[in-house]
Amino acid sequence: MNVETLREIGIIANRSVRRTLRQPALIVPTILFPLLLLAINASGLDVTKNIPNFPADSYLDFALVVTFMQGGLFAATTAGTELATDIETGFLNRLQLTPLRAPAILIGQLAGSMTVAFLASLVYLAVGLLAGAHVEAGFGGALALIGLAMLVALAFGGIGSIIGARTGSAEAVQGMFPLIFVFFFLSSMNLPRNLIEVGWFRTVASWNPISYLVEGLRSLVITGWDGTALWRCLVTAVAISVVSFLGASATLRTRMART
Amino acid sequence: MSGTLSVARAVARRSLIHAFTNPALLVPSIIFPLVFLIGFAGGLSAVGNVPGFTFHGNYTAFVFVFVFLQSAAFGGVFTGFGIAADFESGFARRMLLASPHRSGMLLGYALAGLARWCVTAVLVTVASLVAGMQVHGDGVQLGGLVGVALLTNITATLFGAGISLRTKTLQAGPLMQIPIFVGLFLAPVYVPLKLLTGWINTVASYNPVTALITAGRGFISGAPEKSLLAFACGAMLAALMGVYALRGLRRAERGL
Repeated sequence: MNVETLREIGIIANRSVRRTLRQPALIVPTILFPLLLLAINASGLDVTKNIPNFPADSYLDFALVVTFMQGGLFAATTAGTELATDIETGFLNRLQLTPLRAPAILIGQLAGSMTVAFLASLVYLAVGLLAGAHVEAGFGGALALIGLAMLVALAFGGIGSIIGARTGSAEAVQGMFPLIFVFFFLSSMNLPRNLIEVGWFRTVASWNPISYLVEGLRSLVITGWDGTALWRCLVTAVAISVVSFLGASATLRTRMART
Repeated sequence: MSGTLSVARAVARRSLIHAFTNPALLVPSIIFPLVFLIGFAGGLSAVGNVPGFTFHGNYTAFVFVFVFLQSAAFGGVFTGFGIAADFESGFARRMLLASPHRSGMLLGYALAGLARWCVTAVLVTVASLVAGMQVHGDGVQLGGLVGVALLTNITATLFGAGISLRTKTLQAGPLMQIPIFVGLFLAPVYVPLKLLTGWINTVASYNPVTALITAGRGFISGAPEKSLLAFACGAMLAALMGVYALRGLRRAERGL
């Protein structure tokens, strides 16, 4: 990757960040929606702390990291929608007149969603702490939480880009939102795996990579520095990021070849 | 009237063909409620063992009612997406110009949304029964549950239409999704109202969706509760959203 390519990626990234930040309709829901769900679930499911062996003193501590995961999910929707919009409006066609290749375009396009994910992570953490949550791993743990959340957002952003590049339709990307949600719900997001009563659900949650992302992030809040949970989370996030990025690059390359 | 119906029929037919020939548009509206059903009934079933949790039926039946109403509401949201997409593509503007009775467009979209939701509702019900849902309500009571869900679907469709007719862009998707989502979740979703504590109990007590969910759970457990209140709330919300959508239509007409 030479200096010229880096400069071009920078231009695309700058455009992506500016375009995203100019759309409050994209940013505000990304920040507010997970916080609203946190508020609702932390109150609505507070009775679960009465279940024997529940690992936290309050459901707020337990559920805080779900906001980071949802922020990552919104990153996926944002990345996919932006890419699909560029395809719909013909911007991608015009980019083909430049020397930029698909991976470079993708890196630039993901900058907007990553910026939103970063801002959102800071807000989630601040609001969580203000609401009474406690990060067991301390200040360093909070920084690690933000770092891991960014990695998760990158992983989901890659998935969103695959959908955006494949469908080329912003409407389809919005509609695919629930499909990604499937993996969230089939994970240990709402209860620890050992407290899930339904056997097949517990098995699915154990095979679902989202469980390891959630548990890694959550360990920093409710346990402290849990090496096992953290390396599982890190490996899972890196693997999804690499696979989704390669998938999105290949899909975008195919689309560019077609046009 | 026949002109309105004619427009409604054409719009509904076109919307349904569009939806049922585009899996990317249809599948999510079906998957979404199924995911919630699986996630809640499977992942949270331990919540049914919390002291004070009293419901005549199992936890699957308890969450089914919420998911059933949620599917009805999100069926409406997806219809709103379709309207916004029609505006983005320019098709809706051409329809506005061509329709002799434009309110028929709203009726058509609502009918299409209803038909789409019927498919989802059947699938969610079958999935719940397969998962072992206990149903104690009789035929009339289950009809009441469907009635409450129909009102929910119509309300959400009109709300989505109102937003789409004003914004004319799919980027307003979150503006359609989030209020519906929040409205649904500010109700007793996971546990009965009496087990909610603090601010959520207060908000849920005044949330009209609580009446819809409580009535639905009463119907399925064979012990109707707050039925009249639920139908009154549903009808009132549908009427309000009808006005909102019609005013949106007038605004869209002025923008032609």
